[in-house]
Amino acid sequence: MADADLSQALRTRLLHAAAARRPLVIRGSGSKDFLGQPSAGEPLEVGGHRGVMRYAPEELVLTARAGTPLTEIEALLAQHGQMLAFEPPHFGAAATLGGTVACGLSGPRRAAAGACRDFVLGVQIIDGRGRVLRFGGEVIKNVAGYDLSRLMAGAFGTLGVLLQISLKVLPAPRCERTLAFESDLAGALARLAEWARRPLPLSASAWVNGRLWLRLSGAQAAVAAAARELGGETVDGEQEPWSALREHRHPFFARSRPLWRLSLPPALPSPKLAGGWLLEWHGAQRWLDSDEPAPAVRAAAAAAGGHATLFRRNGAAAAIPVFAPLPPPLLALHRRLKTVLDPCGILNPGRLYAEF
Amino acid sequence: MSAVATNRSAALLRQLAAVLPADGLIAASEALAPYECDGLSAYRARPLAVALPHSAGQVAAVLRLCHAAGVPVVARGAGTGLSGGALPRTDGVLLSLARLNSILGIDPANRSARVQPGVRNLAISQAVAPHGLFYAPDPSSQIACSIGGNVAENAGGVHCLKYGLTTHNLLKLQLLLADGTPLSVGADALDAPGYDLLALTTGSEGLLAVVTEVVVKLLPLPPRARVLLAAFDSIEAAATAVADVIAAGIVPAGLEMMDRLAIEAAEAFARCGYPPDAAAILLCECDGTGAEVDEDIERVSAVMRARGATQLRVSRDERERAAFWAGRKAAFPAVGRLAPDYYCIDGSIPRRVLAAVLRRIGELSDEYGLRVANVFHAGDGNLHPLILYDANQPGQLERTEALGVEILKLCVDAGGSVTGEHGVGVEKLTAMCHQFAAPELETFHAIKRAFDPAGLLNPGKAVPTLARCAEFGALHVHGGRLPHPELPRF
Repeated sequence: MADADLSQALRTRLLHAAAARRPLVIRGSGSKDFLGQPSAGEPLEVGGHRGVMRYAPEELVLTARAGTPLTEIEALLAQHGQMLAFEPPHFGAAATLGGTVACGLSGPRRAAAGACRDFVLGVQIIDGRGRVLRFGGEVIKNVAGYDLSRLMAGAFGTLGVLLQISLKVLPAPRCERTLAFESDLAGALARLAEWARRPLPLSASAWVNGRLWLRLSGAQAAVAAAARELGGETVDGEQEPWSALREHRHPFFARSRPLWRLSLPPALPSPKLAGGWLLEWHGAQRWLDSDEPAPAVRAAAAAAGGHATLFRRNGAAAAIPVFAPLPPPLLALHRRLKTVLDPCGILNPGRLYAEF
Repeated sequence: MSAVATNRSAALLRQLAAVLPADGLIAASEALAPYECDGLSAYRARPLAVALPHSAGQVAAVLRLCHAAGVPVVARGAGTGLSGGALPRTDGVLLSLARLNSILGIDPANRSARVQPGVRNLAISQAVAPHGLFYAPDPSSQIACSIGGNVAENAGGVHCLKYGLTTHNLLKLQLLLADGTPLSVGADALDAPGYDLLALTTGSEGLLAVVTEVVVKLLPLPPRARVLLAAFDSIEAAATAVADVIAAGIVPAGLEMMDRLAIEAAEAFARCGYPPDAAAILLCECDGTGAEVDEDIERVSAVMRARGATQLRVSRDERERAAFWAGRKAAFPAVGRLAPDYYCIDGSIPRRVLAAVLRRIGELSDEYGLRVANVFHAGDGNLHPLILYDANQPGQLERTEALGVEILKLCVDAGGSVTGEHGVGVEKLTAMCHQFAAPELETFHAIKRAFDPAGLLNPGKAVPTLARCAEFGALHVHGGRLPHPELPRF
């Protein structure tokens, strides 16, 4: 598909939808249709609004239209020895930049490098009234105005249709090495907590089925020194688990029970919930494959200071909300913010929370 | 003030006194003087009173009372801000959070610390150092500035190229809305559900909520840091070297630049051994493990040499590293000795236009007849031109402010921003009109109303009114269409 600027056509669709108060369901490639609450409305296809607008490697900034495929962006960055440091999951060959930012998803490097929102520098959006707005910009440091660009990350399109996104990019590490260790879950958590406190070049970790994986990234000397110190066995190429983990192609994710994503303080002992566990981000992200009732999962996460997302429903009752319910004052504020940017309630209504 | 208003404020002061500790309310005129301004002392105003609560509960009580009375509240941390964000209102209460200054907990295993807003930035890193951890954002005022103020301004520092701004280093905030409603945003875990209100409230300059508790992210202390000092005989060469370092795949912990006037001033002030004949110097710090740092410094040195550095020195130990930084850290006071007053600008630009923008600032400096020293965060394109002036000379302050606006416009037109890390406050309201179009400014005002419908938290700061932008004729125009043709223009 060729690069194209569809912003005027998209804006016209929005203006009509707003006038008629007809909800729209924003769709890039559809790779993340499975994620979030169901939202009903006319599809607004944004995948055709694509193309990298600006990229200067020495600026560490890339600006692209929202429909640009992630693979295209990653290939361009790789040509210049750079990367999206939040290592986003694609969940589909045609995944777009817009969908990635709207869903706010981050991959294995998140614990070390930061989340999707941390790399958003600026956005251009169409709000629910059909106005084209720009927030943030293309510079690393910018504190002019409220930070509405990061607000768009993880808003699931409920606050605006993303047209363009400027991201901070980073040099790819000069050297990477994956280590593997035998360990039970508790042992893995203890080791990760100990390692994460030390100045080691850790860029990813995972634990599943008695095996702890660790990725070291950085200067040659630093990676070599850390590998010598930590021990374990070195894992090469095909055996490295990172892309399979990121894309949920690892066998763990092929099960048929509801898949929960628990976000917890990393050093916390494993909650007493029955099911299969897979840990990432030094213990901060924990996948749970389980038939435990939703209230039990949510209560255990909340008691630990975290929260649980029903990432893949896999048969769980439709009435269970995908995202952890918000306390009333916070929910009220969410509704008011939604009204600011989408007063007619036409942008992906209910996709994040049924209430707005 | 009318008699009715006086009576009303007397009643409010009595109510405030009842909820605050004995020494928690200042209303006597002379005692208010130290609170008249923040770090931007050109703007001053005396508030109705200063409230100094000791606890979050007292903060909430103050907010509830002021909300009920319809009286504006301006929150203040340590008062080191450089944009007038904590400038009091004569019809409002100044809410000092300085006495909420306890570190409530350090959680080394989860690499976080829970602190009150009045805790000093540097005090956090000092408290967690025994655990081998630190809090990364390090604004130059870190010895004095408070973490609550850092959150309000989304403060940066010398090391944000590698470690990010305040917004990248927070986990959770306890907030109070204008009416005293408590709200928790973010979480002790990552990626809290719902909208990213942590991002929205960080850097909101006290207009959306008052911070009563902060959970910061901590990082392992890098075991080693070395700094390289490179001299260049042209600004262009130094600016190109900055881009080359980044393009070579190195993200230094800090990459700072000083021009000739700043070098001369620093040398005279701190005797730091900077080459006095250089047109520009770069200070490039790399941190990490010993081997990593040596490897990076070697690569940076090669880039600098290739760009024609006339002198290259690398710190051999901590003493020398401190000596290299001494001149940079003393640059503001050093430049301050060159003239009775100076005015610090905070624009940010894409790195590729660094040399062109600096050249144009030099031309503007000549046109306005005001000297400008440049000392700034070159690595992330955050300029800090220091305009030298004498406030006692009639017209000089006005000319200085006009030059400041010119420089900020230059930054916006070059694809940058009117503020990289100091915030808009009262200072850059007019410049904001140049950066944002009317619908964007309207959206900001609507966001403010969503948090604070009565408009009582730090009103009038950070976001200009559309009327103001129309008056200054500076409203950003999209595609040649003048927004809001119905507004009068002067």
